[in-house]
Amino acid sequence: MSDHLAIDVTGLNKRFGKKEVVKNLSLQVNRGEIFGFLGPNGSGKTTTIRMMCGLLIPDSGSGNCLGYDILRESTRIKRAVGYMTQKFSYWDDLTIRENLDFVGRMYAIPRRRESVDQALEGLGLTGRAGQLAGTLSGGWKQRLALAASLLHNPELLLLDEPTAGVDPAARRDFWEELHRLSARGISVLVSTHYMDEAERCHKLAYIAAGNLLAQGTATQMIAAQGLHTWVIRGENLMNLSRRLRDLPGVAQTVLFGAMLHVNGTDRELLEETLHGVTAESDWRMEKIDTTLEDIFIYMMNRAGIREATAP
Amino acid sequence: MRLLDGFSPARWWGMVLKEFLQLRRDRLTFAMIIAIPLAQLTLFGFAINTDPKQMPMAIISADESDITRTLVAALKCTGYFNIIGRLPDEEAGRRALAQGKVLFVLTIPADFTRSLLRNEHPSLLLEADATDPTATGMALASVTGVARSVTVKDLTGPLAYLAEREPPFRILVHRLYNPEGINQYNIVPGIMGVILTMMMVLMTGLAVTRERERGTMENLLAMPVRPLEVMTGKIVPYIAIGLIQATIIFLAARLIFHVPFAGSIVTMYLVTLLFVGANLTVGITISSLVQNQLQAMQLTMFYFLPNMLLSGFMFPFHGMPGWAQFVGNLLPLTYFNRLIRGIFLKGNSLSLLWPDIWPLMLFTLAMMTIAVKFYRKTLD
Repeated sequence: MSDHLAIDVTGLNKRFGKKEVVKNLSLQVNRGEIFGFLGPNGSGKTTTIRMMCGLLIPDSGSGNCLGYDILRESTRIKRAVGYMTQKFSYWDDLTIRENLDFVGRMYAIPRRRESVDQALEGLGLTGRAGQLAGTLSGGWKQRLALAASLLHNPELLLLDEPTAGVDPAARRDFWEELHRLSARGISVLVSTHYMDEAERCHKLAYIAAGNLLAQGTATQMIAAQGLHTWVIRGENLMNLSRRLRDLPGVAQTVLFGAMLHVNGTDRELLEETLHGVTAESDWRMEKIDTTLEDIFIYMMNRAGIREATAP
Repeated sequence: MRLLDGFSPARWWGMVLKEFLQLRRDRLTFAMIIAIPLAQLTLFGFAINTDPKQMPMAIISADESDITRTLVAALKCTGYFNIIGRLPDEEAGRRALAQGKVLFVLTIPADFTRSLLRNEHPSLLLEADATDPTATGMALASVTGVARSVTVKDLTGPLAYLAEREPPFRILVHRLYNPEGINQYNIVPGIMGVILTMMMVLMTGLAVTRERERGTMENLLAMPVRPLEVMTGKIVPYIAIGLIQATIIFLAARLIFHVPFAGSIVTMYLVTLLFVGANLTVGITISSLVQNQLQAMQLTMFYFLPNMLLSGFMFPFHGMPGWAQFVGNLLPLTYFNRLIRGIFLKGNSLSLLWPDIWPLMLFTLAMMTIAVKFYRKTLD
């Protein structure tokens, strides 16, 4: 066990009935780091997060969370971890203040009243403290949930798709807050579907169908796949995309609205193919840096997973 | 008719299919569809008897003779009495009645046979626990015929002169605890247990299930709060609610229905507290077995049904066949009904109530163990 790791787990396995949800997963998160956890729906992200904070017991594997054994010391982990569930899980029929107060009591935090007041002020909700939590909009619920999970000053935040269903402005604010927390030394493990959010993380891990396919910084992950990418603009990209798929050197094509990303591992071969095809019409091609989205789709296809079913 | 405009049978059929599919997935509802009618049929068809036979009777006999033996045999022959033993004295008889071990005590005085032969018109004393007038009414009515039949059968030959006139002895019937045979005196205290069963089980069942259904359970589990803290913490408000309900029923019984109250209020609250506790553990157990609030309600109904019918609340306990009494003896309401009626009408003290108290304690302990065992500390 090393002190600089907030999370250090090896060989985690979890199955529900016959379905293996997490397979042999190992993960290291440094202290003070924002660690992005990516993967399609039903890939095992939530299950992994739940195993780390003692909500689920892994079938096999071992590890530490903040230096505490995830199998035996779940109570200690719970005390030092803030967990934000995917779905808003505070009490709709309690007011904002009552929710925070309850959380404060559960963690037996010292000077509870002050902490709750501070949290309310931080949220900018002091004036609406008496409002029922259930009447808040999605963005406010998310902010309340974050404030509540931070109330006991956790060393590690586990955030399960915290920005799902939240508008872009609120998402941007949320991420700024995460970076402030990280600067204060709080480690963050956050799962997400958004690529712009992935790019804001210090480190990333990509999981699909329970398998951890890659981890590292965004640059490392992109480099590791060795993909070359061209973007093609023009008319009738849908047909072009279909045609390109079977041509030599093309690993995959991804349509982004008015742009078509074409990826391949063999740079020369791909370029040659593309030159041949684009010459036929007024398609404009341009070499670009491979994006995270390109490599995630690439990894997913290579793993043979289109859309995993949720557990 | 505007109503049928544009009605599409295909669309309608799609709706029907969807309902069936959902019904099939909800296994508990499916089980209830089968189980509830079967349970109702069994209970109403076989277990419930409004004219109970074979009710327990004890005899205090200071006189053994052919005539008294014939008399006892004749009582047996009515089918209403099951003579379960003999008691030494009146005090033992009263105790057995108070505890509900017997519903009747027949006292045959010393010199009964001699007085009878001397044509002195002696009396027998038949004491009945008249708490539930429907249970004892028919049995007591059958007794008058017994005196006559004994006379005709046994008083022959030289004793025939005794048979000619009105019965040579009388059976004095004492209806104890509810001498006027007012049904409300029996039903109203019983309602307390029924309401507490329904409310306590349902409310705790829903309280925990609601957390699971709304997803707040996950949040709760992620906090460093212990299962025992969650469970007992959730129970406390319902204990208060239970005691308030008991108070309302108590006041209504006294002020509106004028049910006599012979016992101690402290004893009543102690017993009620125990019973509320027993039901709360049932609610918690149910909540750890089910997935959603609907299932919790269904299981509560399923638990409530035998409680209502087999506990002696609606129908005389002693009128039920052995298996139904066995089931009834597993239900806390059976004991509470005896306890609360004992306190209201008989004025029983804690020591007299003990035989019905310890089963409640045992039940609570067993349920608590199951509840703690099944409480899911993780989301597995």
